[in-house]
Amino acid sequence: MVIAIGFEGSANKLGIGIVRNGEILANCRRTYITPPGEGFLPRETAEHHQQNIHKVLQEALDESGILPQDIDVVCYTKGPGMGAPLMVCAIVARTCAKLWNKPILGVNHCIGHIEMGRLITKANNPTVLYVSGGNTQIIAYSRKRYRIFGETIDIAVGNCLDRFARVLKLSNAPSPGYNIEQAAKKGKKYLHLPYCVKGMDVSFSGILSYMEDKIEDLLKEYTPEDLCYSLQETVFAMLVEITERAMAHCSSDEVLIVGGVGCNERLQEMMGVMCAERGSKIFATDERFCIDNGVMIAHAGALAFESGTRMDFKDTTITQRFRTDDVLVTWRDD
Amino acid sequence: MDEEYKILKQGAEAKLYMCNYLGKPTLIKERFKKNYRHSDLDTSITKERIKNEARSIVRCKTAGVKTPCLYLVDFERRRIYMQHFEESITVKDFIINVVSKNQINSSGETDSIKVLDVVAKMIGEAVRKMHENNIIHGDLTSSNMLLVPKSPTGAIDDSKWLDIDNLELVMIDFGLSFIDSSTEDKGVDLYVLERALISTHNDFPDLFSKILESYRNFSKNNVKEVLCKFEEVRARGRKRTMVG
Repeated sequence: MVIAIGFEGSANKLGIGIVRNGEILANCRRTYITPPGEGFLPRETAEHHQQNIHKVLQEALDESGILPQDIDVVCYTKGPGMGAPLMVCAIVARTCAKLWNKPILGVNHCIGHIEMGRLITKANNPTVLYVSGGNTQIIAYSRKRYRIFGETIDIAVGNCLDRFARVLKLSNAPSPGYNIEQAAKKGKKYLHLPYCVKGMDVSFSGILSYMEDKIEDLLKEYTPEDLCYSLQETVFAMLVEITERAMAHCSSDEVLIVGGVGCNERLQEMMGVMCAERGSKIFATDERFCIDNGVMIAHAGALAFESGTRMDFKDTTITQRFRTDDVLVTWRDD
Repeated sequence: MDEEYKILKQGAEAKLYMCNYLGKPTLIKERFKKNYRHSDLDTSITKERIKNEARSIVRCKTAGVKTPCLYLVDFERRRIYMQHFEESITVKDFIINVVSKNQINSSGETDSIKVLDVVAKMIGEAVRKMHENNIIHGDLTSSNMLLVPKSPTGAIDDSKWLDIDNLELVMIDFGLSFIDSSTEDKGVDLYVLERALISTHNDFPDLFSKILESYRNFSKNNVKEVLCKFEEVRARGRKRTMVG
């Protein structure tokens, strides 16, 4: 039986979670929210994490009813992500490991999302669409690696949505993507936008610069709601299309959507229609698990720890760039 | 009438039927409606892809790249009618089913690897010919390339796929193709191919470098710019996994 604590802080979410054999004992989170029209910058985000991490840690321990000596392994996000915020969590995780005299394990953030999704939805061997503010990847498991079949060749889909929310000066609370989703529900008029699929890869930067350049003219003819609606319809159609391609390519009949953009209900709905037409199954989670959290790091770390993965203290560094397919998946035998 | 067609395969975006058109074995590619996307978007994407496919098939002919012959385009029914190669194998199936299984034969020589080297050379040349003529395929994968015997063999085992002198490479699936002279699009086209090969054929890690080598050596015309751009696109790719 493995009890693991996970520290996550690769972007503007600070999360600490505790799991015992896949059972979630605590899932605590704080989000750094910037004013409308602004994104989050590394230094300010790191300061936010510094100011909150002790409180969140105490909360997680209290909520779980676990004592530090009961913990088997301390896990933290090694990467990918923003350097400064990652560093804050890594330092606290290392300190805890030393104080409590426990082993420590760095976890790949993307693997955390995938394993969390598999745990919650019980999907067995799905094609994974991982969509967030920093990543857009189509992933499938094959021979001990989560292999990337398609991805964005420039900015992430969440980044595209967030930056468009900034153009419209939408609120960043609770998240820019959520506010775009709500606005899109009121949109009626569809605007044709650039549609950019290259094989199983996608590109979003062209759509964003098109909207940014023309925003003043567009607002004369379309409401902000129409534009949110058109943007969502276009970028999600691209994502569903490459997911379907990857499924056909891998002969897979399950899809799992993970990452912050994954809690968008319109994306889930479109993916559901595609799956129904193919006779496939769709798995998705809600905002508690889709959005970055500490539980996913604890769970992925626990799986690796149980299957024998260990990390020397001198290797408990962070890295801003850490590809999903760099990790050897020791805990799966299929 | 539709019931008479035999459905061959349902892919991600099209149904393929076999039929006989004017006495020739014909493949019908029907881009069926996708209900998940907005109907305006669906109509415009479908129309554009049918156009692209037809245009690039014709253009490839003049560039000396083998493709199926185009027989008919039917926008109303979202269909393209084209030549059907009854005896053919995708490069993907060829690598997975033929090359891997015939690696060690009785003579102890790995001759299927040599055949694969020749296939890699043919792929590099075909892609280069397309790019020289500003045809960007847009979806270069090993599933979108066929090996077809030059003269019918009638053989039922794998041997016909190892007789390299009797094989030619046919490029298919031009739905995402377009015409562009920029090095950026050619670089991305190569990058898409590299990614597809890494994820599908990771047991043949030097396949892509062999393709690239024949791409480079095929002619001297400003290949440097394209390869520089390709490196740049690659670097962009590595930089991408930043913020979680």
